[in-house]
Amino acid sequence: MTAGSSAVRRTRWRDRIVAALVLVAVWMLLWGVFSWATLAGGIVVAAVVLKVFPLPAVTFAGRPHPLGLLRFAVRFAGDLVRASVQLAVLAFRLGHQPRSAIIRVPLRVPSDLVLTLTGEAVSLVPGSLIVDTDQASTTLYIHVIGVADRDAVERFRREVYATEARIVRAIGSEAEIGMLGRPVPVRRREDS
Amino acid sequence: MTVQTLADLVAGACLVSGAVLSLAAGVGLLRFPDLLSRMHAATKPQVLGLLLILAGAAVRLHNIIDVTTLVLVGVFQLVTAPVAAHMVGRAVYRAGQARGDLLIVDELREDRTDDGSPAR
Amino acid sequence: MTVVGIIVSALLFAAVSLVLIRIVRGPTTLDRIVAVDVLLAIVVCAIAAEAAFTRDATSLPVLVVLSILGFIGSVTVARFSPRSRR
Repeated sequence: MTAGSSAVRRTRWRDRIVAALVLVAVWMLLWGVFSWATLAGGIVVAAVVLKVFPLPAVTFAGRPHPLGLLRFAVRFAGDLVRASVQLAVLAFRLGHQPRSAIIRVPLRVPSDLVLTLTGEAVSLVPGSLIVDTDQASTTLYIHVIGVADRDAVERFRREVYATEARIVRAIGSEAEIGMLGRPVPVRRREDS
Repeated sequence: MTVQTLADLVAGACLVSGAVLSLAAGVGLLRFPDLLSRMHAATKPQVLGLLLILAGAAVRLHNIIDVTTLVLVGVFQLVTAPVAAHMVGRAVYRAGQARGDLLIVDELREDRTDDGSPAR
Repeated sequence: MTVVGIIVSALLFAAVSLVLIRIVRGPTTLDRIVAVDVLLAIVVCAIAAEAAFTRDATSLPVLVVLSILGFIGSVTVARFSPRSRR
């Protein structure tokens, strides 16, 4: 308990400092000019906000990997453009009813942060939408449009796993990166 | 060709493609058969279309105060759009508005309990 | 730039008209919420485009407010929309 609680306190402080830095950055962007007055004002506002609206503890075990972050950003931008164009074509095509599917994707890394970020990345790309999540088993339920058959569904499922892998390689810990080698989790229905 | 014309060309291209994406979203919103499909159309102007137009505006304004505001708008949009889409999408599914005949597979239905939440 | 302005305005106008048709048609509240969300996104696009053409940044703070307002609006309505399964 004693050794664990000091580590917990340290990560809580780290979370708070990261949150405060983000808030100060937003404050500075709002003002648009850098001056010591805005910096001081930002720190005061961030302190008040974090005191009044305390954040729930986020488990962030890893560390940022610059190369992984860059790779994720480039692929994400590419996916965004490609999917937007595809969906625009789909919208303009006459006399065609697009088929869709709702698929279950149980993620390999049991982390709330990875679940959130993967969900955000998947739903920012047009053509896929998070319908539901299950936090306990870190499962995303994704509605995907423009899939013609089961093969396309499986292709999309692999893409989501690839997104998860890129996110974990960008921000995950060594243990989490190791988990990516595990086989894709089997369906929960069999063991329930 | 001066830097000015080049910048205007880039800005113009960004603005026009952003507007085209918005129009595509309008068309999709009207034509797609069910609500979940329409929500896909809705994410286009909210994400890439908006980013393109903000980029175009940033190139035209190229003034640090204005550009920081534009960056802030873009970041807010990127952070909030998925959350809003998730909330609405979940409400749509739980209200039973997803059209089963358009779905190839519905793996959520298999896992669902009666109150609409995924089964544990 | 004037030509670009006319093209962009025409495209955005057409987009807004289509979205308005969807808002009128519905048929459910959630349809309208999604459509209103798109309408707001297009309005944000239009204001940003206007700022780009006139090189005038007066309206930019409005964009910050609008981008947050849309989020709060749709989350609130989605949260309290009726469920058929209860």
